Amino acid sequence: MAATFNIRSFLKDRKQTTVVKDMKIEVPAVEGFFTIEEEAHLIGGRFKRSGSYCFPKDLGGSDPNFPEDEVEEVLLSRFGKIWSYTNSAYPPPPPFIAAEPYEPIVIAAVELVKEKMVILGQVVNGYAVEDLSVGMTVEVVVGTLYEDSERRYLTWMWKPLSEE
Amino acid sequence: MEDIAILGVGMHPWGKWGRNFVEYGTVAAKKALDDAQIEWNEVGFISGAITVRCGYPGYVAGSTMARALGFNGTQVASSYAACASGATALSVARGQILSGACNVALVVGADTTPDGFLAPNDGIRTDDTDWLRFHMVGATNPVYFGLHARRRMELYGATQEDFALVKVKNSKHAVFNENARFNKEYALEDVYSSPVVSDPLRLLEICTTSDGGAALVVSSLDYAKSLGVSDPVRVSAIALNTPTYPDPLIDLPYLATDSSATTLPSETGFKESIGKHVYEEAGVGPEDIDVAEVYDLASSMELDWYEQLGFCKAGEAENLLRDGSTSIGGRIPVNPSGGLGAFGEAVPAQAIAQVCELNWQLSNRAGKRQVEGARIGITANQGLFGHGSSVLLRR
Repeated sequence: MAATFNIRSFLKDRKQTTVVKDMKIEVPAVEGFFTIEEEAHLIGGRFKRSGSYCFPKDLGGSDPNFPEDEVEEVLLSRFGKIWSYTNSAYPPPPPFIAAEPYEPIVIAAVELVKEKMVILGQVVNGYAVEDLSVGMTVEVVVGTLYEDSERRYLTWMWKPLSEE
Repeated sequence: MEDIAILGVGMHPWGKWGRNFVEYGTVAAKKALDDAQIEWNEVGFISGAITVRCGYPGYVAGSTMARALGFNGTQVASSYAACASGATALSVARGQILSGACNVALVVGADTTPDGFLAPNDGIRTDDTDWLRFHMVGATNPVYFGLHARRRMELYGATQEDFALVKVKNSKHAVFNENARFNKEYALEDVYSSPVVSDPLRLLEICTTSDGGAALVVSSLDYAKSLGVSDPVRVSAIALNTPTYPDPLIDLPYLATDSSATTLPSETGFKESIGKHVYEEAGVGPEDIDVAEVYDLASSMELDWYEQLGFCKAGEAENLLRDGSTSIGGRIPVNPSGGLGAFGEAVPAQAIAQVCELNWQLSNRAGKRQVEGARIGITANQGLFGHGSSVLLRR
């Protein structure tokens, strides 16, 4: 199948949020999905008429009873509860960029209570599936998806609250 | 809607042959035509199920197959609905027949698949949720299967042994199926000794990718009668459902579910709605079903289907499996063919292959895997991006 992923062409000329940390420039792997700050947020959409939510902002399903609805940008709740979880024991294929050597990534589906929706994301490094349980409270943080010599490319991740 | 008749079915055995998908499709088509005792030149409409992994010939699968069989001016269409493509192609053929546009239609799907995980096509598409789920999360198809399997354990107390027993059961069925890729009988220990792919699911519980082909020859009941076929297996109903907003269950390839913040989800879930549609269209209920072919991309998904198709209440699927009800010889055998676990995914062919199996079962031609006295059968299938499908057959 030989899928190839060219980071250079991908990065060329795109709009970027950049942060410098530990001598490396940090950028979102793809712009527009989360904020990079101490208390990170997922950037979702809220439908002006129905009042419903979606994630990502521009790729959500909409309520057929509100055909003229418009989506506005909204920051989603920072905390949620694990709905289910799993891992990927083998490196996912491109366009995922797997670390070498590959460490199995852990993935959680997390329910946001206010928005009543479930969102996928990797769980931060250092957790195995054995450390997780359904109902566990997690917060959204920003973590490294992949990096090169100059940059760290970030994505959103779920981090279990320490007291649990 | 009126029934249509299945005059013949055919398959190219599933495997990892590495040859042109057109070859598998034409082999399956010729077998189906032979089975129906119909000449290719009598076919008024060819309905191709598309593959997106074999270049342009795959995008126009109907005409590609027509050319391979010999262009003869027949009408053609090609359909894509991911894993449900075959059911869509059958539905298009049914529409042509019932509208009177043709007497006989040939439905065909075939694929040559790459090794390893199915992945998005090449390129960078940050507005494509299928691309994003791989790039931003690493959410392969088995990740979604693992999430739902874990959820089943949490909700109903399902165990890894339950999931493994699905594989054991289906492998026993596949021993008698010459079209299955894996004819080996697996024991619990075999499943346990295979590596975890996406916890709690192991390699032997997740269907692989295969090469294969399947085809059907279908006609109106009147035309079947004119050929002297008075008691054919009939297609009584087809479902091609989309979900209903808001769908509260995470499903591939999405990064998130719909939000239920302002509208409650429908009481009938998406998968449940697929079976409900064909039951209503055919005027039967789950209690009437003698045999089922369901879409077991992972062993745990087969258990979900028992409930979603109404064979038992939510949380009771493990009992149905363990008491032998869904084995050949039981009350409601499921996946007598061996299922996808024994075949692997050959995307455009698999919904057609399910119909082939039920045709053999309902016409008492399934050999050592025959479900005795089977008269009514149901298939269930689902394609990426909200393509539910089901076909109800009866004799």
